[in-house]
Amino acid sequence: MVDPVILIPSLINGLTTGALYALVALGLTLIYGVLHIINFAHGALLMLALFGVFFLNQIFGIDPYWALLIVPPAMFVIGYGLQRGIIGKASHGRDENILLVTLGLSIIIENMSLYFFRSDTRTVDTPYSFEVVEFAGAFLPLPKVIAFFGALITAGLLWAFMSRTDLGRAIRALAKERKGARLVGINVDHVFAMSFGIGIACLGVAACLLMPSYYVNPQVGYGFVLIAFTTVVLGGMGSFVGAMIGGLIIGVVEAMGGLFLGDSLGQFGIFAIFILILLFRPTGLLGHKA
Amino acid sequence: MTKKTPFSIKRRTFIAGSGAAALAAGVTGFPAVLRAQAPDPVRIGLVHPVTGFIAFSGTQCRAGAELAIADINAAGGIQSLGGAQLEAMLADSQGRPELGASETARLIEGGAVGIVAGFSSAISLATTQEAAKTNTPHVVDVGVADDIVNRGLTNTFRFAPGYGAVAQSAVARLDEINKAANSPAKTAVIIHEESLFGTGTANLMTEELPKIGIEVLSVIRHANPTRDFTNIALQLRSLQPDLIIPANYYNEYVLLARTLRQQRIEAKGIYSVLGGAASNVQFVQEFPEAAEFIMDCNHWYDPNSEVALQRRAAAEAKNLFYTYEVFCAYNAVAFLADAIERAGSTEKEAVIEALNGSTWDNHGMPYGPTEIVNGQNQGAQAVNTQVQSGRIEVVLPAEFASAEAVFPMPSAG
Repeated sequence: MVDPVILIPSLINGLTTGALYALVALGLTLIYGVLHIINFAHGALLMLALFGVFFLNQIFGIDPYWALLIVPPAMFVIGYGLQRGIIGKASHGRDENILLVTLGLSIIIENMSLYFFRSDTRTVDTPYSFEVVEFAGAFLPLPKVIAFFGALITAGLLWAFMSRTDLGRAIRALAKERKGARLVGINVDHVFAMSFGIGIACLGVAACLLMPSYYVNPQVGYGFVLIAFTTVVLGGMGSFVGAMIGGLIIGVVEAMGGLFLGDSLGQFGIFAIFILILLFRPTGLLGHKA
Repeated sequence: MTKKTPFSIKRRTFIAGSGAAALAAGVTGFPAVLRAQAPDPVRIGLVHPVTGFIAFSGTQCRAGAELAIADINAAGGIQSLGGAQLEAMLADSQGRPELGASETARLIEGGAVGIVAGFSSAISLATTQEAAKTNTPHVVDVGVADDIVNRGLTNTFRFAPGYGAVAQSAVARLDEINKAANSPAKTAVIIHEESLFGTGTANLMTEELPKIGIEVLSVIRHANPTRDFTNIALQLRSLQPDLIIPANYYNEYVLLARTLRQQRIEAKGIYSVLGGAASNVQFVQEFPEAAEFIMDCNHWYDPNSEVALQRRAAAEAKNLFYTYEVFCAYNAVAFLADAIERAGSTEKEAVIEALNGSTWDNHGMPYGPTEIVNGQNQGAQAVNTQVQSGRIEVVLPAEFASAEAVFPMPSAG
């Protein structure tokens, strides 16, 4: 029997973890929604961003939160370049090509990381790593609280960008109707690359928010990418709000599953949801029929 | 004007032709002479998980094994085989037993005289079984499941202890430490990773702890990888055990220890079995405060051994963390090489016979000379370590101790 005293703290912990899942999934859903690409390299690129934060801290002493000024823009450039250089070219062929290309990219990035960074697990120790915020009887690690609000703010900014700027409108137009967007003069290649870049920049933000309470090694992306795919499917492919809600649900399901079924079965709940959604509501909670 | 003859030849053509002829002769005409000067290398297959969820440990193992090979080669190779050099054949199991088995088969087909593998118990079970098909000598470097050497495979040897022996030592020494402090610890929670190593260790501890008067309040299993230990920390807060007993791999240990600290979970002792911060130099260096006073019962070298200290210094000179994976794999290779040396042959039966009769003692471990029974080194034992002032000290057995145990651990405040 689970002690009721730990239910609320566990629920809060699930929400804070879920916000991070949502942040990783935001980029994935943007890339899928606009480019219709299932990006298997998402986890590997998150790992690259985490290493970026780590090395900025170790070499230049830059705090992970100050790295927000450097890592997301750098990841944007990488994403933009990948789309213009590799993914864009591969996407002119059959649909399967793009899956294989992103899978291949993921393997290349991980193996290069293993070669250059070695397999050591690295962590960043900051003055606030062990600070906690007491809330409803729960000790919430300060980095997790910051990550929770950081994820919400990022999602809000992304939503404002998509709905209030010309580029955001162009991205949405492209997501809805490619031919029409091209006809009204939208530079499709540029907007595709911008979308991919923004999606990957979200990983940069996630990495900066994650690093103070997490670790990095060349394999770290695996765990996140599976969760991110589940989040996107649950929320609805291409839906920002869906990704946020999906992330929070998955975080809570994981936490509650761990509490009631044991930690090793906590993820069972997540994948049970994944299968149920695919079976009974393939468009996800907030997705639209194609 | 130069007179041309039917057999005239230009100087450049001659030199080029001579060079080619010399090269051809070198390739086809004199290999027997060259072989006489340098004996064939002795190939050792190293199968480790250098990618995947336990890549850190696998990479450390590989580094330790390669250090041993380099040292043996620098010392003149296998003397009884005319100074034959050892040659590493590398394979990556990716943390998957079936891949470990197929890679073992590949290395044996490629000419490996012996196999050193495979860091995890599950992988070691697979690699030893595969090597047994060709009766290839196999030395397990770290895999701790007792079944590895209990299946009657005549090709399988383990220089380090298995978890049966480690768990018994861990319990006996915990009893000793607890009694010396007037028995403040009466309850425990075991937190273990879900593979063979963690589950087997947890089962043994669950069985043995009540015998020394410690009630096991809960056994909490977690997946590899686990991204968040907050739930487990919350359960610990609810259960309030005197002892927290983790048995898991490095990444999860790091997160667990950090979470315990963040959640302000305190106990009279954190007492790891075959895992943990107290025996990992990297963790102690990176998180000295979180690691302070954690105890571990694990593979560790004899801190009074010159051989061990020299090897540690050599490894650190190469920027390696001198973790247990490094010296366990080093010794596994050196143990196998010693047998090949004494066998004076690379014949499998001869090497296996030499391994069975081994009395090797140049290992720097708290084991004494090797004594093999059913593939297991009988003198192999784990020691108890504790982090004190940022240093990993051996606290038990007393004959190898570099410090006295601090128990119960002081409150972090």
